[in-house]
Amino acid sequence: MQIIYTDVLCLGAGLAGERAAVEAAQAGLGVICISLVPARRSHSACAQGGMQAALGNGAMGEGDSPDLHFEDTVKGSDWGCDQEVARLFATTAPVEIRRLAHLGVPWNRVTAGVHTYYRGGKAFKKQEKKEREGLIHARAFGGTSKWRTCYAADGTGHSALYAMDSRAAQLGVRVHDRMEALSLIHDGHTCLGAVVRSLRTGELVAYLAKATLVATGGFGRLYRHSTNAVINDGGGHIAALDTGVVPLGNMEAVQFHPTATVPADILVTEACRGDGGILLDVNEERFLQHYEPEKAELASQDVVARWMAHHIRQGKGVPGPYGDHLWLDIRHLGEKHIRTRLREVDALCQTFLGLDPVRQLIPVRPTQHYCMGGIRTDKTGAVQGLKGLFSAGEAACWDLHGFNRLGGNSLAEAVVAGGIVGYRMVEYVQGAEVAFGTRLVAEHVGRQQARVDALLQGHGGVENAYDVREAMFDVLEDAAGIYRNGPDLERGVAQLQEIHARARRIKLRSNGLGANPELALALKLPGMVRLALCVVCGALQRTESRGCHAREDYPERNDRDWLTRTLATWPEGADRPRLTYEPASRVWPLPPGERGYGGGAIIPATPTHDAAPGE
Amino acid sequence: MARNLTFHIFRHNPADPASTPHMDTFVLNETAAMTLFIALNRIREEHDPGLQFDFCCRAGMCGACAMVINGRPGLACHTQTRDLPESITLLPLPFFKLVGDLSVDTGVWFRDMYQRVESWIHTTRAFDPSKREARMANATAEAIYELDRCIECGCCIAACGTARMREDFLGAAALNRVARFRLDPRDERKDADYFHLIGDDTGIFGCMGLLACEDVCPKHLPLQDQLAALRRRMAGTALKHRLPFFRNVRKARPAKA
Ligand SMILES: Cc1cc2nc3c(=O)[nH]c(=O)nc-3n(C[C@H](O)[C@H](O)[C@H](O)COP(=O)(O)OP(=O)(O)OC[C@H]3O[C@@H](n4cnc5c(N)ncnc54)[C@H](O)[C@@H]3O)c2cc1C
Ligand code: SF4
Ligand code: SF4
Ligand code: FES
Repeated sequence: MQIIYTDVLCLGAGLAGERAAVEAAQAGLGVICISLVPARRSHSACAQGGMQAALGNGAMGEGDSPDLHFEDTVKGSDWGCDQEVARLFATTAPVEIRRLAHLGVPWNRVTAGVHTYYRGGKAFKKQEKKEREGLIHARAFGGTSKWRTCYAADGTGHSALYAMDSRAAQLGVRVHDRMEALSLIHDGHTCLGAVVRSLRTGELVAYLAKATLVATGGFGRLYRHSTNAVINDGGGHIAALDTGVVPLGNMEAVQFHPTATVPADILVTEACRGDGGILLDVNEERFLQHYEPEKAELASQDVVARWMAHHIRQGKGVPGPYGDHLWLDIRHLGEKHIRTRLREVDALCQTFLGLDPVRQLIPVRPTQHYCMGGIRTDKTGAVQGLKGLFSAGEAACWDLHGFNRLGGNSLAEAVVAGGIVGYRMVEYVQGAEVAFGTRLVAEHVGRQQARVDALLQGHGGVENAYDVREAMFDVLEDAAGIYRNGPDLERGVAQLQEIHARARRIKLRSNGLGANPELALALKLPGMVRLALCVVCGALQRTESRGCHAREDYPERNDRDWLTRTLATWPEGADRPRLTYEPASRVWPLPPGERGYGGGAIIPATPTHDAAPGE
Repeated sequence: MARNLTFHIFRHNPADPASTPHMDTFVLNETAAMTLFIALNRIREEHDPGLQFDFCCRAGMCGACAMVINGRPGLACHTQTRDLPESITLLPLPFFKLVGDLSVDTGVWFRDMYQRVESWIHTTRAFDPSKREARMANATAEAIYELDRCIECGCCIAACGTARMREDFLGAAALNRVARFRLDPRDERKDADYFHLIGDDTGIFGCMGLLACEDVCPKHLPLQDQLAALRRRMAGTALKHRLPFFRNVRKARPAKA
C-alpha cells in the first residue's frame, strides 16, 4: 500500500481548494491537492457570470458597501444564513477580488462616459465617471441592491481558477489529478487524511496529513438534470457523512437556476438577465413583472425559478419534445454586447442549440444548479465533529447562503472561505502534534479495499449500477424538485431506502480493472443514495417554505419554529440520517423580515431565539 | 429519417494484462440533438460499462473531452452527430499518454508546461490588501482575456506536425500562454526573459507555421497571429542580444515564409 505524507491535504483543486492551498503554501507548508480531474477542469472553471464584491466603482454601484452586500446576502438566504459568516464574507470579498487582479485575472474595467443599459427590455443611460476609469467594473445580478458582480467577460470562473492555479504552480503546490477520495481516515476524534483511489491505475493510496480540507464542490449530479459538471456527485460529502460524526447542514436547500437550456441542461449565465435579458412565455410575452412588479427578472434565483415553474403550471410554457420550457430573450442587447460580454453564451447557443441569440430566442427552464447545504463548519472553516478536518467552497455549509444563494456569491465564497480556512489550517498545523497510527491507516484502507474486492469478485451482486442511479434520479425529480410536499417526500424516503439496499448489491458487467468507470460508480452509489436521503428527509421534516425549499403544504416561512439549520449525521448501520437542529445564526444584526421580493406569508418569530427551534 | 450510427472506437486498457490495442464497433440509433457526449454515455450504459472516456463540464468549457473525431482533434461534448457521417471513428488524442480507450493524460503534461514557461504573473510587487487595485484599460483587459480563454484541451498539440516529431515541443497552447503574459502589464518579464524560456527549437523556433493548431482550436484562439508575432519578437530579441541561438533563428526563418 502506498502512503503519501503532507502537511496539508486538499481534497479538491477548484477555486476553494486552491485558494486554501495557496495560503498554506505561502506559509511554507507542504501542500497536496487531489482532484478527479486536472485542477483547471474543476467545475469552478465553468462559472461564467462573476463574483460579488462591494467595490462600488461603477456608476450603478455608487454608494455600495459591505453593509449592503451583507444585507442582500441575508435577505437572499431568506434569513437562513449565519449572519457572522455573511458579515465576514462581505468585508473580505473586495480584498479577494483585488488579490485575483494581482494574480492576473483580466477583470473588465470601468470606461468613462455615457453607456446604454437595459431593464425589462427598455434602454436606459448611465454615466461612468472619469476618476473611476480603469478600476474593476461590476454588472447586475439578481437579488442585489447595487451592481456588484465583478466579471471577466463571461469566463470569470475560468480566469479566476487559471490565475489561482498559476499561483499554486508557482508556489510548488502539488496537484495529483485523476485521484478520487473515497473515505476519511480518522479515529472518531481527529482526521488524519484520506483513502484515495487512483483513476489511472485503480489502486488505493493513503494520504496522511496534519490538516485535511474537503473542497470537493457541490453534489448537483444527484439530480438527472443539473447544470453542474458530471463530476459533481458529492464524493467529499459522502466521505464526511460516512465518518458517522460529521454533520451535513441544510441538505434540503437545493437551488434551481432559472435559465438552463433545453434539452442539454447547459447554463446560460444570470448575467443575461443582469445585463437586461427578459423571460417570455408561450405567447412571447413577458410575465415576471406580474409576479414581481419591482425586481421582475432580477429577483433572487429561487423566486424567479419558482415563478417560472408556476407559470408553466398555468399552461403558459412552450411545449416541446423534452417537456415545457420558456424563452430567454437577449436580442435587444445587440450584437456587439452579445458577441463580447456574453460570448460564451453566444458560443453555446450556436454549438449546442444551433441558434443565434442575436436573432433568436433561447429555450430555458429551471434546473438543479447549486447546493447550499454541505459539510457543516464553524466560521473558521473547521468541521464539526473531527479535529484537523476543514471544509470550504460549495462542499461546505459555512453557511453563507442559508436557503438561497445569490448568484455571484458562491464563486466569491470559494476564494474568501478558501483564504480564511487556509489561514486557519496553517495555525492549526503549526500547533498540532499528530501521530499517524499505522493500524488505523491499514484498517481504513482495508475497509475500502474490501469493497473494491467484493465488486471485482462479484459476491452477491445482481443490480446494474446505471439502473440504480436512474431510480435515484427519479425519486429526487419527483420528491425534491422546486415544489415539494409531504406525501411525495414520504414516498421518496421509502423508495430511497429500497434503492440504498440495491446500491449495495451492484454487479459489475465489465472487468473493473484500472480506471474502470463502472467500478467508480459502483463504489460511489451507496453514498450518493445516502446523500439523497439527507436531502429528502431534511425536506420532509422541514414543514415550512424558505428560500429554495418550497413546500406546497406549508407555504409560509415559519420563523417561529424554523429559524434553524438542519444537521444530518449517519450513524453506522442506520437506514436513514439522524436529523438535529441548531439556530440558523447566533447573532441577528438583521432581524428576520420581508425580503422585498418573492411574496409569501411569514409566521413571525417569537421575540427571543433562545429556545432550540425546530423541535 | 433516424439514422443508425456506427461507432468505431479505439480500445486499450493498459491496466489489464489481457488487453491489446484494437478497435470496437457499436451501433446506436441517432436521436435529436445528439452529441458525442450523449452517444458515448449511451454506449457505456447500454453496451460496454467499461468504456473509458473523459467528460466534465459537457459544455465545451473545461477541455476534458478532446479526442480525434473522424481524423480531426476536437471536443466530443460539443460535437453534434448530425454534423458527422453515419460512420464515426473515435481515437484518443495522440501525443499525450494513454490512460485507457479514449482517455489521455493531459493534466500532467500541462502542469509540466506551466513550469517550463513559468506560466504565472512575475511581479516584484507584493499584494497589499489595504490598497485599491491598480488601474487597467478595459481594452487591455479584453485583449488579455482573449488569450486567457485557452481551455488546455490539447487539440492544438495533437494536430501539430512538430509535436509529432519531437515530444519536448511546447506547442501552440504554451506559446499562446507566453503571448498572454507578454500582453499583461502586471507581468514584469522582458522579451529576453521569454526568449530564455521559448527561444529554441522546443519553443517558438520549432514551429513550422503550418497552423493546424488554429484550425482545430475549439475556442478559436488567434493562434496564427500570436505565433507569428512571437516569432518576430523572439528573432528580434536573439539578434539584439547576440545570443548563441542566433544560428537557429536563421534556420527557422525560411520555414516561416
Ligand atoms: C454552470 C455554472 C455556472 C456558475 N456560475 C457562477 C457564477 O457566475 N458566479 C458564482 O458565484 N457562482 C457560479 N456558480 C457556482 C460556482 O461555480 C461554484 O459554487 C464554485 O465554483 C464551487 O467551487 P469549489 O472550489 O467549491 O468546487 P469545484 O470548483 O467544483 O471543485 C471541486 C474540486 O473537487 C474535486 N473533487 C470532487 N470530488 C472529489 C473526490 N471524491 N476526490 C477528489 N477530488 C474531488 C474536483 O475534481 C474539483 O477539483 C456556477 C455553477 C455552475 C454549475
Ligand atoms: S503552427 Fe506551429 S504550433 Fe501550430 S500546428 Fe504548426 S508547428 Fe504546431
Ligand atoms: S490553444 Fe486552443 S486547442 Fe490549444 S489547448 Fe488551448 S483551447 Fe485547446
Ligand atoms: S466536457 Fe468540458 S469541454 Fe467537453
